[in-house]
Amino acid sequence: MESNTVIGLEIHIQLLTDSKIFCNCSTDYIDREPNSHTCPVCLGLPGALPVLNKKVVELALKTALALNCHINRTNIFHRKHYFYPDLPKGYQISQHDQPLAVNGFLEIEMEEPLENKKIRINRIHMEEDAGKLIHLEKDGAAVCSLVDYNRSGIPLLEIVTEPDIQSPQEAIVFLQKLRNIVQYLGVCDGNLESGSMRCDANISIREENSGRLGTKTEIKNMNSFKAIKEALDYEVMRQRKLIEQGDKVSQETRRWDEESGETVFMRSKERAQDYRYFPEPDLLPLTIEQSWIDGIKKNIPELPAERKERFMVDYHLSGYDANRLVEVKPLGDYFEKAAKSYNNYKKLANWILGELLHYLGEENIGMEKSPVSPSALVGLLKLIDQDVISVKIAKNIFEQMFKTGQSAAVLVQNSGFTQISNEKEIDGIIRIVLRDNPETVQDFASGKEKAIHFLVGQVMRHTKGRAQPDMVLNLIKERITEI
Amino acid sequence: MVIDEKMATVKEIGEVARSAKLELSEEQLKLLSEQLNNTFSFFAKTDKWDAEKIQFDYHKNLTSLEHYHEDIVKPSLPQDTVLGMTRCKKNGSFEVPGIL
Amino acid sequence: MQLNELKAVDYLNMVKSREISVEEVVRDIFQQIDRIEHTLKAYLFINLEEALSEAKKMDRRIKDNDIPPLAGLPVAIKDNICIKGMETTCASRILKGFIPPYDATVTSRIKDAGAIIIGKTNLDEFSMGSTTKNSAFQVTLNPWDINRVPGGSSGGSAVTVASHETLIALGTDTGGSVRVPASFCGIVGIKPTYGRISRYGVISSSSSLDQVGILSKGVKDTAMLMNIISGYDPLDSTSSHISVPDFLLSCTGEGIKDLKFAVPKEFFKQELNIEVKERVADSLNKILKLGGEIEEISLPNLEYALSAYSIIAMAEASSNLAKFDGIQYGLRMEGSGDLEDMYLKTRSEGFGSEVKRRLILGTYFLSSGHYEDYYLKAKKIRNLIRKDFENIFQKYDLIIGPTTPIPPFEIEERIDNQLTMLLADTYTIPVNLAGLPALSINCGFTSKERLPVGLQIIGGPFQEEKMLRVAYNLEQELKEINTVEPNLLF
Repeated sequence: MESNTVIGLEIHIQLLTDSKIFCNCSTDYIDREPNSHTCPVCLGLPGALPVLNKKVVELALKTALALNCHINRTNIFHRKHYFYPDLPKGYQISQHDQPLAVNGFLEIEMEEPLENKKIRINRIHMEEDAGKLIHLEKDGAAVCSLVDYNRSGIPLLEIVTEPDIQSPQEAIVFLQKLRNIVQYLGVCDGNLESGSMRCDANISIREENSGRLGTKTEIKNMNSFKAIKEALDYEVMRQRKLIEQGDKVSQETRRWDEESGETVFMRSKERAQDYRYFPEPDLLPLTIEQSWIDGIKKNIPELPAERKERFMVDYHLSGYDANRLVEVKPLGDYFEKAAKSYNNYKKLANWILGELLHYLGEENIGMEKSPVSPSALVGLLKLIDQDVISVKIAKNIFEQMFKTGQSAAVLVQNSGFTQISNEKEIDGIIRIVLRDNPETVQDFASGKEKAIHFLVGQVMRHTKGRAQPDMVLNLIKERITEI
Repeated sequence: MVIDEKMATVKEIGEVARSAKLELSEEQLKLLSEQLNNTFSFFAKTDKWDAEKIQFDYHKNLTSLEHYHEDIVKPSLPQDTVLGMTRCKKNGSFEVPGIL
Repeated sequence: MQLNELKAVDYLNMVKSREISVEEVVRDIFQQIDRIEHTLKAYLFINLEEALSEAKKMDRRIKDNDIPPLAGLPVAIKDNICIKGMETTCASRILKGFIPPYDATVTSRIKDAGAIIIGKTNLDEFSMGSTTKNSAFQVTLNPWDINRVPGGSSGGSAVTVASHETLIALGTDTGGSVRVPASFCGIVGIKPTYGRISRYGVISSSSSLDQVGILSKGVKDTAMLMNIISGYDPLDSTSSHISVPDFLLSCTGEGIKDLKFAVPKEFFKQELNIEVKERVADSLNKILKLGGEIEEISLPNLEYALSAYSIIAMAEASSNLAKFDGIQYGLRMEGSGDLEDMYLKTRSEGFGSEVKRRLILGTYFLSSGHYEDYYLKAKKIRNLIRKDFENIFQKYDLIIGPTTPIPPFEIEERIDNQLTMLLADTYTIPVNLAGLPALSINCGFTSKERLPVGLQIIGGPFQEEKMLRVAYNLEQELKEINTVEPNLLF
């Protein structure tokens, strides 16, 4: 009864600006000294005032337009109040009843059943990120918490969907597509692990008889696609179980616990928290002129769907390969970089989608951080094309390139992996193989053509694959005729 | 004075104080709720207006021009200056009571 | 005459012509402070050593013919305006020990122009009050009668100017906080148009009402300092791009024959003290004599101004003061060691009772379920009041009337009702709601107690020049009363 599942998502994406949303501090905060990227504004020191970063509005508009939203021409920033140490002013500057954009949608393609489905976007708004808290504990008891405000004031876009998602799988497909789009737009790097893209989910189970929406829970702390899938699966199962037992789902916020593989209770939402929103008096209403919207529309870059078409035309790739290459922006970028100096596109695509993705996945490394650069891969493929190494050896070399970051040429040189092109050397090995397998030689001589492949295989085994199979085949034929 | 459901009770004011992270004596809370109710009665006079039709456009003298900052990075405060304002610090961070 | 009694413009002329040295003036100021400050208690911090060394440096610069516009002008600054490296408390325990690592824009502008900061002046805690009694640290007294309040919240700044403990001072005005103390202390106080002067580095009380103002000994002094501190600031989104004229050009004998004045009848109701009324009437006669045209008008929505103001001011303050939580700076009470307790103890201990009262009411006004009844309604009333003013300014150049309905009252006087507590601010509050510029100038004294009476001149948005022109002409007309000084022999 998958269709009774009702999921809505709230996604926060960090916008790729150089400076923060209301001040000129750098946004390059990850792995920096704590509190080294702050100023009176993002520390909320008394007397400091916010000034909006124009680039934030531009990136927000780009996203809203790509998600087919209606843009509100007058935007108001609101203060959202709550006390927490990561919030230096006692309020977050966010948007409330006049957000940047409303009423959008994103179409996703589902495989089972095969269908295109529209997920509606309720709203998109701009806001500032909070600082980061580290909780120190000893024997399960809180010792103290440490506050780092480097992240305070990083520009965020909150994207809220309607509860149109009907299964955890759909949620994943939606998020992957959304991530793909924001990466293509260059508005966010879409990294769930580092937190530049974060997702909370609201889940409920629709009552079977009445069709009424059930009580929803909110799930937080899901830091990867895998976590999201597992958390949503778990929560759907948990709610179903409760309902089957005749128990009630209570309105609460739950946290995904990666270790136990469960969602655990955080706080009740029975009484809605009062954020005491009111218009931020330190900022003027933001007016968005039609000409600004038009200008941004014109500059929206190529999105995945268009890129796929182009890959099929320009590189003669199959729809399947093109689709897989554009699915993640850096993957397509990698392909295009390599394709500049290598024109066997099909072969290139196979290596990227095969070997490269395999090792990246195994080591859990992002495409951008691939130890094998596009030009390094091209270097390897050219060695194959020049018959310096066999495909089999190339795969071996690739693994070492991935591990050491060294170029194919260097690795091949050092390991003596070059093909034995010296006929004399191979001839010696062939003689041994022929001597040791007289029956097979006999079979071939009596017309069993296929028997020769066994002999070739034996030679390859002796040379550890370093011989060129065509050459071996010809040489064996020659020797046998000689006999 | 009509006792209205909109009248603030001492209990309600107590809750509001708590959400503003302030502690007040019962007596002070009582005084506050009286003051609030006076304001409310005074304000009730304005109920006769069709308030919905009245727009508010704050900072009206100022709306015509753009107020943005360009997306360029300027120097931040040095870490020791930032932490120099408090004695409660640890490992380059501000220290607060433990939260689990 | 002591050099500390100079007006700022005269000081600048004399220093620039090398008749006097900066150091002499600064020494006279500190001598005056030495003599009377223990009684008046206007300063929270006196910048003695640094000011003297700055004075010496400035004298050397002047000798080398490197003369900046403010050439060592001694300035006192209200203690809610940040000065880098100098404790800034807002007269609140919660900010005790807070040393801002940055200058307010007004601070850096006067520093860059060569001013010397004499000290930080007392105020009602977070500018909440009109007496300067509401300071966590000390009560400032009125130099005209030390049993009376100097007005507030910029009472400290007003007193330092009136008693020659500085030559000029900066204050802030949220509902009359510059004009009321100017009126009570017999000096000139200006609150420019909202947006005219940057608020960056000025610790917000109520963001949509606050504006920096100047307290001075004369209209020309005001115009001169306005030239330095006005104008757009990229650090304040609510500062205006409008160009800044040379305000000193308004202080000429040009006259006021071309100007039409409106006198709101709402400013002359029963709460108005009879002597204040008489002095204001005297001034109106002077205006007529100078050729100005005067008509009585009405601002019908003014009766709601105090309520709307209270709600907006308290709501915004409750939000602005949420940042004081003990984590980064200022007072911190650990309490029982959990976070919630730290918040409660720090804030309950750090804020005075009037501030707490306003924060709780402000929080209530913003709560869901009350927002529409209070805050939203107050904002709509605010707009009606602004429209009342707009209508008047279509026909008239300026509005004129008393600054306060009463002369300075006694310190011990108890005022309980929350609306009458705002009584002194009755005529000044509507101006902040409408974001308009206004100026208070002394227009005489009560007959028996010889207490100063202020006249308020209100202009349309960014019409400070007209205001200054009228004030300057009146000042010339009232010369004999302006030479009266408070008796400072306590």
